[in-house]
Amino acid sequence: MGVERLLPTEEAGQLLELTRELADRELAPRAAEYEQRGEFPRELLRLLGRSGLLGLPYPEEYGGAGQPYEVYLQVLEELAYRWLAVAEAVSVHTLSCHPVAKYGTELQRKRLPEMLGGELLGAICLSEPQGGSDAAHLTTRAVREGDYYTVSGTKAWITHAGQADFYSVFCRTGGPGASGVSCLLVDAGTPGVLPQARERTMGLRSSPVAQIVFDDARVPADRLVGEEGRGFRIAMDALDAGRLGIAACAVGLAQAALDYATEYAREREQFGRPIIEFQGLSFLLADMATQVAAARALTLAAARLKDAGRPFGVEAAKAKLFASDVAMRVTTDAVQVLGGYGYVADHPVERYMREAKALQIVEGTNQIQRLVISRAL
Amino acid sequence: MNIVVLVKQVPDSGAERNLRSDDNTVDRESATNVINEMDEYAIEEALRIQEAHGGEVTVLTMGPERAGESIRKALSMGPDKAVHVVDDALHGSDALATSKVLAAALGTVNPDLILCGAESTDGRVQVMPHMLAERMGIAALTGARKLTVDTNGAGGATLTIERQTEEGYEVVTASTPAVVSVWDTINEPRYPSFKGIMAAKKKPVTTLSLADLGIPAAEVGLAGAYSAVVEHAKRPPRQGGTKVVDEGDGGVKLVEFLASEKFV
Repeated sequence: MGVERLLPTEEAGQLLELTRELADRELAPRAAEYEQRGEFPRELLRLLGRSGLLGLPYPEEYGGAGQPYEVYLQVLEELAYRWLAVAEAVSVHTLSCHPVAKYGTELQRKRLPEMLGGELLGAICLSEPQGGSDAAHLTTRAVREGDYYTVSGTKAWITHAGQADFYSVFCRTGGPGASGVSCLLVDAGTPGVLPQARERTMGLRSSPVAQIVFDDARVPADRLVGEEGRGFRIAMDALDAGRLGIAACAVGLAQAALDYATEYAREREQFGRPIIEFQGLSFLLADMATQVAAARALTLAAARLKDAGRPFGVEAAKAKLFASDVAMRVTTDAVQVLGGYGYVADHPVERYMREAKALQIVEGTNQIQRLVISRAL
Repeated sequence: MNIVVLVKQVPDSGAERNLRSDDNTVDRESATNVINEMDEYAIEEALRIQEAHGGEVTVLTMGPERAGESIRKALSMGPDKAVHVVDDALHGSDALATSKVLAAALGTVNPDLILCGAESTDGRVQVMPHMLAERMGIAALTGARKLTVDTNGAGGATLTIERQTEEGYEVVTASTPAVVSVWDTINEPRYPSFKGIMAAKKKPVTTLSLADLGIPAAEVGLAGAYSAVVEHAKRPPRQGGTKVVDEGDGGVKLVEFLASEKFV
């Protein structure tokens, strides 16, 4: 990927270089086969963890790398360029550590080095079968009995279900509405935590997604993250940051589709010349390139607001909306550039197109993003 | 155990490589330079021995200023410090002169074990471990696909290698100090971590000149070389290949082709 990057520090440049080396050598050669088999690359995530890529935006004292979001997101983009499911896994895992890193007790934070180092894989349990977008009305209950919470209910669309070692679970400890929601850090091995059969997804097949049933799972009370009723705030916090992660994933995926289509158009000849010499295609590619650049710029602008400690939620929503719509359009156009060859699995662009669709839906559908943006107008 | 790993910066063997038109030496200026691939395996082996037996790992490089990049890269994998021999007079040194310089530099570190790749992808002469062992009066265990270290409690160790051969392997042992060269079958080198990259910036790199080592400039470099590349030419471009059209006798034609090339 020949992207000219303006990075804030020299060390960020070296981080990106390390990312590209790992991604080129370890991710890119495996992506297509793992996606076809639907195999989750747990070992590769351990490798990324050992290399320091799973805790980038967290403080060094907890085992993180102390990197600004501006840099972390460009790492995600480079990963997504080779394999979207791995980039999404890094984004989800990074997010799953957020409640403990920001609101956790000292005892809970003791686990952060293992979490951020990738030995323990995390997941977030927020959405439920009857609704993902309306988080204030979630129904999974946690009832305090002595030193334990008993958790019951069903969570849906859980990335890393059945693979994760811990779940950041949002559940209702109090009355209705946002103020009754709390966050619990739940070990995957807790009796009564029951990951269900994997969803058969359209794309991102190497990323396991399933419902998780909590069947009176007993969780020690000291696993409450922040105080009771703080959960909604924590979730919204995480979601804002998560939207930036998805935006970066979308930029990487779109760039991959653009580069593949461009390369193909240079090589493929029709009527005696490379098809890129036909203006119909070269202008299509030019529009794709412009959209990808715009999506990247919007995403990084939102990230810089976050890094500066300024409100960034609305800008993150714009970035997520725009970048994922761009990814959908650019991957669709990439299939068009390849014609019939774009429609078969010998080339990756049909997979890119299937994967892009997920990005318009996860971390808040693009309709929810528009809601967030319009309310702030 | 005090371990030194020899690390050489070479032009990337996966990219376009050239010899210079003026003096027929390797063109390092216009190339993408990387750590000699085999050396990464030597570094990994050194780190594993350090993890098991303790001690210190030092990277030793002879090369121009820009070889410093490769030293930092090597240090980011985990070694503790580095020695960089850099001197303009070294340009064009042959293997014999290189071994003289490296032996003198090794003398400043006093290692128990010297590890290196079995060959470099630019020179490919494979003589450095033998020359160093000869100069230093120690054993050379070369071409290892496996290395076992049995420490004797007195700071020394017995080294046992499986030396890879065409037919299989030979078991060879020596006591420290010794030179061991390794093939890429010996381990799987680790990636540097981001923390490792950051830490590498703070690790000490000692720079030594020929004067520091007490070696006269006339004994090294192009002038002091016993061998020299007299001329070089580009490999001829690849030929078009042979197209076999199957007219019912395709199989026969293929076998004839394979036989003519002595594949069957």
